[in-house]
Amino acid sequence: MKTILEMRNIAKYFTGVCALHNVDFTLRAGEIHALMGENGAGKSTLIKVLTGVYAKDGGEISFEGQSVTIRSPQEAQNIGISTVYQEISLCPNLTVAENMYIGRGKQSTVNWRAMERNAAAILERLSIPARAKQQLANCSLAVQQMVAIARAVDMECKALVLDEPTSSLDEQETAKLFELMRNLRDKGVGIVFVTHFLEQVYQICDRITVLRNGELVGEYGIKELPRVQLVAKMMGKELDEAAAIRHDERENSDGAVVYEAAGLSSLNCVMPFDFSIKKGEVNGFTGLLGSGRSESVRAVFGADRITGGKVKVNDRSVKITKPIHAMRQGLGYLPENRKSDGIIADLSVRDNIILALQVLKGFFRPFSKAEAEKLADEYIKALGIKTASADTPIKSLSGGNQQKVIFARWLLTHPKYLILDEPTRGIDVGTKLEIQKIVLKLAREGVCVTFISSEIEEMLRTCSRLIVMRDRKIVGELRGSEMTQDNIMRTIAGEAG
Amino acid sequence: MKKREFSLVHLIVPLLALFLLVIFNLFRDPAFFSVKLLVNNDGNYVLSGNLISILNGASELAIIALGMTIVTAATGGQDISVGAAAAIAGSVFVKILRGGDVSPPLILAAFLACCAVAMLFGAFNGSLVALFRIQPMIATLILFTAGRSIAYWINGGATPTVSGPWIGYLGGFIPGVPIPTPVFIVVICGALFALALKFTALRLYTQAVGINEGSARLNGIDTAWIKTLSFIILGLCVAVAGVVRVCRLGLINHETILLDIEMDAILAVAIGGNALSGGKFSLIGSVVGAYIIQALTTTLYAMKVPSTAVKSYKALVIIALVTIGSPVVKKYAAIWFGKLMKSQPRKEEVA
Amino acid sequence: MKRILCLVMVLLLCALTLAGCGGGAGNTPGGADTAPPAATEEAINIKVGIVNNPPSESGYREANVKDFESVFTAANGYAVQTFYSLKNDEQLNAAKQFITDGVDYLLISAAATDGWDSVLQAAKETGIKVFLFDRMLNTSEDLYEAAVVSDMAKEGETAVKWLKDQNLPEYNVIHIQGAMGSDAQIGRTAALDAEFAAGTMKKVTQQTATWDEAAAKQIVESVVNSGETFNVIYAENDGMAKGAVAALDEAGITHGVGKDVIIMGFDCNKWALRELLAKNWNYDGQCSPFQAQVISDMIGTLESGGTLPGKKIISEEKGFDAATITQADIDTYGLGE
Repeated sequence: MKTILEMRNIAKYFTGVCALHNVDFTLRAGEIHALMGENGAGKSTLIKVLTGVYAKDGGEISFEGQSVTIRSPQEAQNIGISTVYQEISLCPNLTVAENMYIGRGKQSTVNWRAMERNAAAILERLSIPARAKQQLANCSLAVQQMVAIARAVDMECKALVLDEPTSSLDEQETAKLFELMRNLRDKGVGIVFVTHFLEQVYQICDRITVLRNGELVGEYGIKELPRVQLVAKMMGKELDEAAAIRHDERENSDGAVVYEAAGLSSLNCVMPFDFSIKKGEVNGFTGLLGSGRSESVRAVFGADRITGGKVKVNDRSVKITKPIHAMRQGLGYLPENRKSDGIIADLSVRDNIILALQVLKGFFRPFSKAEAEKLADEYIKALGIKTASADTPIKSLSGGNQQKVIFARWLLTHPKYLILDEPTRGIDVGTKLEIQKIVLKLAREGVCVTFISSEIEEMLRTCSRLIVMRDRKIVGELRGSEMTQDNIMRTIAGEAG
Repeated sequence: MKKREFSLVHLIVPLLALFLLVIFNLFRDPAFFSVKLLVNNDGNYVLSGNLISILNGASELAIIALGMTIVTAATGGQDISVGAAAAIAGSVFVKILRGGDVSPPLILAAFLACCAVAMLFGAFNGSLVALFRIQPMIATLILFTAGRSIAYWINGGATPTVSGPWIGYLGGFIPGVPIPTPVFIVVICGALFALALKFTALRLYTQAVGINEGSARLNGIDTAWIKTLSFIILGLCVAVAGVVRVCRLGLINHETILLDIEMDAILAVAIGGNALSGGKFSLIGSVVGAYIIQALTTTLYAMKVPSTAVKSYKALVIIALVTIGSPVVKKYAAIWFGKLMKSQPRKEEVA
Repeated sequence: MKRILCLVMVLLLCALTLAGCGGGAGNTPGGADTAPPAATEEAINIKVGIVNNPPSESGYREANVKDFESVFTAANGYAVQTFYSLKNDEQLNAAKQFITDGVDYLLISAAATDGWDSVLQAAKETGIKVFLFDRMLNTSEDLYEAAVVSDMAKEGETAVKWLKDQNLPEYNVIHIQGAMGSDAQIGRTAALDAEFAAGTMKKVTQQTATWDEAAAKQIVESVVNSGETFNVIYAENDGMAKGAVAALDEAGITHGVGKDVIIMGFDCNKWALRELLAKNWNYDGQCSPFQAQVISDMIGTLESGGTLPGKKIISEEKGFDAATITQADIDTYGLGE
């Protein structure tokens, strides 16, 4: 098979930090090549160097046998390298069609009708459930991701880079995407596939390149590298920790009810629902994307406009219509969309960590610099957050470390009830396990946790009770031995089993 | 330590500009910065010279730039009604002073009243921005448009005057103190801001709201209140600036008082290295920006640039300043700087 | 929906205002209102429609409006309708309305000099007699009876002539200009510029303070700081003169009658004339806002069948000298309180 892309001895430094050091990477035509590594291993950096977002500090890139210098994403696109990034970077206020065609081509005029017709055809071909004229913001996160892929696919690319494309897709959608990827592979497109889902790697990829701490670990054929070894290569150590993570089997039945809601509903289209959680319990909301699981926990936290319902915390009636009310009752909420709802991008890691506690403490009682520094350092160490310093803006951290910062923010408030919506999305295996372990530790300490994840296995591992949702309604509750993949599917599908 | 480094990086452009202005003036006329001790017509010793003129003349702009920085940081927009609001505040101040004998208690009462009025108008602007989510420039366009008419309505059309020793002390010199009082007022305002930032979480809240409003809300911050608060703070600054301006000459001309100050204030914020799209801010930068603008004006006066050309000269300098401060130039400067520093190899762990 | 409505309202407001402040120092919105005709029935024999700029435009305009209000009264036999706006098209509409209402005389101080032909033509056809005051129009002389206007150039000449009459051994002048391009600035600058050009006076500095007192103070400060000598400050309005004086006071330089520096201002605010009376300033010139009596007299002439002396009547410009000013002058001619 022909090699279309070759990167040799790539190096990249950020002020004071070496992000990539002598990394090689080759991509052949007609293959799907997994780029694996933990958070901060340098995957995203390598891809950004390849696509011209960052200027490389050393090394060579050759594309189709010719040495190239890529100075901007536009140039990358022009020579045939298209990218879909981990975090969706489209314009939510434009239509789907506009998003697919914006910033392409050199002509200054736009044939709107042709554009919409073409867009509609592509959406149809890829079976993406969106209309060309629909505003992107009205689409679900998954559909937005698919639109981003459709945009890249349509650009006649020879190399397609998919950075965590499946992190917000459910299984069906993932399958659809894979179908599309195989399709493109057969047409001779080389695909770089960055993901944290080991399953998916073995489902679809041909070869794997593993990075660790900015250095190349090696390149392997999929057959010659069993899963366990892959994980070991990524983490740099043998690992059977995942197996050790297990929620406490005996359910904490004697625990007092910490939070109880009756007929809670919000403006964000959640049907009124009842819900309660006991001390030390870890429960999960599950359901397809858009089933209302995120909206439900947002209602619990008062993040959306509350339209009705009674809430009791520790058996006392309370009003929770704003996040601050929930926080005062000892609730914490790690939102689904880290970029838009979680991090304060330009602020330092320290400020991001102390934010919630500072708000609880009050406007007129600010932390002194020393106090803030102490708290931040303590949690940076405790959670193993990889950052140059507490003063580094959070936006320059890798996704997993950003998530840990948000985690630290809520741990700092010593919540009685912590809501985690997709805390492991877009995060590498190691950090995922760490987060799961923290959740279980919190539960043992008597904190109740709601844990939402697209990975059912993860939920099965950590939760002692699952609340199943469909069409913005709670349709079932599973506990103990009822909690199997099979049962969950049936409940979601509506076949009481 | 790191923090200081960060703010220094942001201050490089304004400080460089100030430095170049100083150098330019030293070459043009070495006596430009000479300061003399004179006896003024009231028989007091006072300092006089271009340096004093710059420090003194930039006072109102510096005070308003402080507030404008907070509004910019919190809302990612600017208040263009500050000149008009200052006309209202000044008119209220003069109106009350004309109602009785000008004595310190009356001045204090008039000052408090005009602060209240200016904060009220600030709250009006703020609620338009925070509750109705109107873009700040559009929201404040209302007061920009109507403000000077309201000021006219308070005092009538002519230029009413107030006089009295205390007015002179506030706007000019206190007997025995050779430095103009407005300079002290800027220092006091700066100190109040520093205290506010130290003893409240204003900085963190404002930046959080300015960078990511949604996230700030989910962390329990009342974002609407923070935005409104920023406009109220600016209102307070406007009142102080208006009073200083009235006291300087003991009269108010509602048409010309602090005319176009909004543009200078926004410029000061920008020159100070603050992003006009909100977020992180540096008050010192804005104040330095204000002094740069005044230094530029004073330089142009000293150069006797023809009246018709003053604005073009100012524009040239400003174009140069904002271009130097632009991300593109900064990026190239960083690359160039990076090449200089490349001699030492670095090998550290990935962050 | 609410947001859109709000925006629309705001934009309307802005459009109204911005259009209104096309030129000059004035930037207040057009407070447009039409006063109903006076109610007393018997005394009325002459119907007059007045189109003017709103009093909030300036101190000058306020005095001008007051002057017309005091002359054109029911007691003097006039039924008056008045319309104020800074916008030319609104003024045009009002004038058309007055024509439809059947006024006998139309008095106009236009916001802009162009676009009045058709309205004046219509007035002429219906037999309405038109007087222009304060501002000339770009139109044929046939379309109006007479124009009572100020001659800004003459105002400047009067002031400069006064200055020359002081017979100083040398003239070192600081010239503080108003907003560049305004009528008042052009008129008040021209006469002095002629002297500079002729070499009879030395220009120490010439700078615009855009009618701003504080800017004027800074300009004088910069001259003081440079150490140059000067003995005249010619400021194109009272506020700027006051600013200039403040700078002198801070620098310990004396000013006024028989002192180091001669102070000249314009506009004749009452507070400025009091400075003259106290001999702190030397001269204050005025562009007369008092045109109502002249027009009223001409209407009287026309009504009694007489003819007017000419098409263009220059109103008499006052200039006050600190040596001769009296309290009575202040009370009669001073603007403001």
